[in-house]
Amino acid sequence: MADLAKQTSTTGVPTPPVVEATGITKRFGATVALDDVSLSVASGDVHALVGRNGAGKSTLVSVLTGLNAPDQGSVRFSGQPAPSISDREGWRRSVACVYQKLTTVPALSVAENLFLNRQTETAGPISWKRLNARAEALLAEWELDVDVRTLAGDLTVEQRQMVEIARSLSGGARFIILDEPTARLDAAGIERLFDRVRGLRAQGVTFLFISHHLNEIFELCQQVTVYRDARHIVSAPIADITHSELVTAMTGEKVSAMTDPRPPAPAPAAPILSVAGLTIADVCADVSFEVRPGEVVGLAGAGGSGKFAVAESLVGMRRPDSGTVSIGGVRQKLGSVPAALHAGIGFVPEDRHREGFVGGLSIAENLTMSVPHRLGQHGVLSPRKRTEFAWRSIDTLDVVPRDPEQPAQDLSGGNQQKVVMARALADDPRVLVLMSPTAGVDVKSKQTLMNAATEAARAKSGVLVVTDDLDDLRYCHRVVIMFRGEVVAEVSGNWDDNTVVAAMEGVDLSNG
Amino acid sequence: MADTMTTTPRSPVKATQARRITVARLRDLALIPPIIVVAIIGYFVNSNFLTESYLTSLLADMAWIALLVIAESMVLIAGKMDLSLESTVGLAPGVAAWLTLPKGINHGLHLIPGFWAIPLALAVGVVIGAVNAFLIVTLRINAFIVTLGMLITLRGLLTGISHGQTFFGLTGSQMYLGSATILGLPASVWLVIVAFAIGIFALSRLRAGRALYAIGGNTDAAKAAGIRTDRTLALVLVLASVIAAVAGIVESGHLASVASSMGNGKIFDVFAAAVIGGISLNGGKGSLFGAFTGVLLLNMVFAVLNFAGVPSEWFQFLNGAVIVVVLIVQRVVTGQKE
Repeated sequence: MADLAKQTSTTGVPTPPVVEATGITKRFGATVALDDVSLSVASGDVHALVGRNGAGKSTLVSVLTGLNAPDQGSVRFSGQPAPSISDREGWRRSVACVYQKLTTVPALSVAENLFLNRQTETAGPISWKRLNARAEALLAEWELDVDVRTLAGDLTVEQRQMVEIARSLSGGARFIILDEPTARLDAAGIERLFDRVRGLRAQGVTFLFISHHLNEIFELCQQVTVYRDARHIVSAPIADITHSELVTAMTGEKVSAMTDPRPPAPAPAAPILSVAGLTIADVCADVSFEVRPGEVVGLAGAGGSGKFAVAESLVGMRRPDSGTVSIGGVRQKLGSVPAALHAGIGFVPEDRHREGFVGGLSIAENLTMSVPHRLGQHGVLSPRKRTEFAWRSIDTLDVVPRDPEQPAQDLSGGNQQKVVMARALADDPRVLVLMSPTAGVDVKSKQTLMNAATEAARAKSGVLVVTDDLDDLRYCHRVVIMFRGEVVAEVSGNWDDNTVVAAMEGVDLSNG
Repeated sequence: MADTMTTTPRSPVKATQARRITVARLRDLALIPPIIVVAIIGYFVNSNFLTESYLTSLLADMAWIALLVIAESMVLIAGKMDLSLESTVGLAPGVAAWLTLPKGINHGLHLIPGFWAIPLALAVGVVIGAVNAFLIVTLRINAFIVTLGMLITLRGLLTGISHGQTFFGLTGSQMYLGSATILGLPASVWLVIVAFAIGIFALSRLRAGRALYAIGGNTDAAKAAGIRTDRTLALVLVLASVIAAVAGIVESGHLASVASSMGNGKIFDVFAAAVIGGISLNGGKGSLFGAFTGVLLLNMVFAVLNFAGVPSEWFQFLNGAVIVVVLIVQRVVTGQKE
């Protein structure tokens, strides 16, 4: 680590860094999002910022773009102090960010989006001819080939990114943050984006490039900065760092004092869940794997790997284009949640706020929502049975507050997730599908949640944990790893976390 | 063959893009063919339908609805909605009549000289718009429920001040817009033409107008572009209420009275005209020209039904049915959901 820890300097280059953030600390309530971090991007570089989820990348972007003021520390652009937070125009001249989310107006033309609220140079009426000509000139200057009269909503993701980059440049910024720009592009689109970035770099534009895919960073960037758990770990020239060093910097040194939390290895048996040839156009292709009774299997992958799409296909939230899902050897009807529940699948959806629970209803009602048949006959629910049922779940998963009548929306994140987990377990599922089951919950709740999952495995359920969280994967007997829609690796027994991370990032460590 | 060989590979892409734009522009003109068809049918039903005098009276009759459509279209394009316009259209001239008319048979209070009738009505529009804006923009309450509440409240207010009766015997300034004739056309028709001309220009050629599309299309993007989204929305809501007040002045002048039920139930026609004319209920899409063709088509259809001697007790049924059928046809023909 020592050779990595050395700070790089722009020796021999007299120009100050395009952006220099020093000693940035940012807290949100009790959470420290950034802990005394720094970042220095030299003029003309493509600088990579990497880190796992929760490392503080997004917070740094919001600080660098002036959307959040840091609690401590300072930001300088080309040696000048950053504008005040209220001076949006000043920030726009210094820095621009191309986000993953849409920042164009779909129903307006490309030309109008490029010059939104600046359609005229003077106060007079808009001349569309003139506006289109200005837009064409701007796109030509940066060699972008998009018809300015197209509606922004009709553009591909790739074209939209180009338009947003051009818009940033027209605002005067020569420092552009690309926030996971490749997440929604195909391989050819990524190549074209990289060519574009290289071309703009040659014209003096500086980039901060955020990506989960390490091979992209090695292909495109000159410098890399790694954050982990809100701290600055290392900054180094790409040439001085290897794949495995980068992965180690991202994951940190492992403290393996913990006992193995896995339930006993399952006896050889026919698979309880088998997935074959699952394909969704542009999302995943030919995904196949099996889970045996009593087995905990991880389905891992970074953003854009398609792991959630696969999981949602299993539970009926999505209808795959082709492929089969069998439970206990019986082929399932796809694309129907009731059918999946009836076949014995219990699941925790990815986005607990949107799909996991009904905030205004009580804990008891949320817990029992999917099991009305256990609460009475002929569609009449017994409140007494519901309360009994809810108490059992509250006890098992240690839900706080211990009050079945409390509205679910008043619970903390960890306890909400317990309610969602309890509901997945409510009908003693034969197959348990957990999507990001511990996202955003504290360490203690994480353990409770994952122990509940392993309990289900001990009771001979098949458990599939769909996540990119290495801690969750420790509970798994096997991990199936996806990258860009395909199963690329599988590990079992005692694996090395770095192998898993490398596979998730699409890196082949044997070549690193 | 040699010529086709030299065609650059990019041209087919450009061609499809060009065609798509033409389609977008054609969307504005989509209702012109049905309008012509209805006009021809009208002519065969009754040859008086296409005379200048009838068409003029048709335009004068629909003037106030057309103004309401402008108001509602602007609000819809900005991504909000205002149901209360149908009550404002009655309350604004109603308050003016109440305060200016003589006591006794006209139900007035005679507190203020008749000269002030129009400024009073406009002021009522400003106040209603400001209340809507406060509730929707400042308190961030859903526009549908806020303006539904305002619709009922304002209707109740008009019923209260008029004791459920009709203000009649309007005089002077309050009569002018609805009854005067300029250069052979009713003043109200001129007003509608000018209002649409200004509206079409402002929404297509002024930054402020384009800001409505940006806000309705993607509020975050509009904010990021430096548009003061809250202020713009508030101004649009106030402007819409003021236009509704003007519509009320026009219609009260046209009828020489203000009934306590004036405008009651008309908001559905207004929404239907705007949507048929291509304004999206989701915001950010449509044009005032399209909205104008929408209101024109609907009123022509009703006029033809009238000419055809449809019994009046069936009119409400046909009114609703025609709108629903047009929406279905539009959905099927254009494939666009609105």
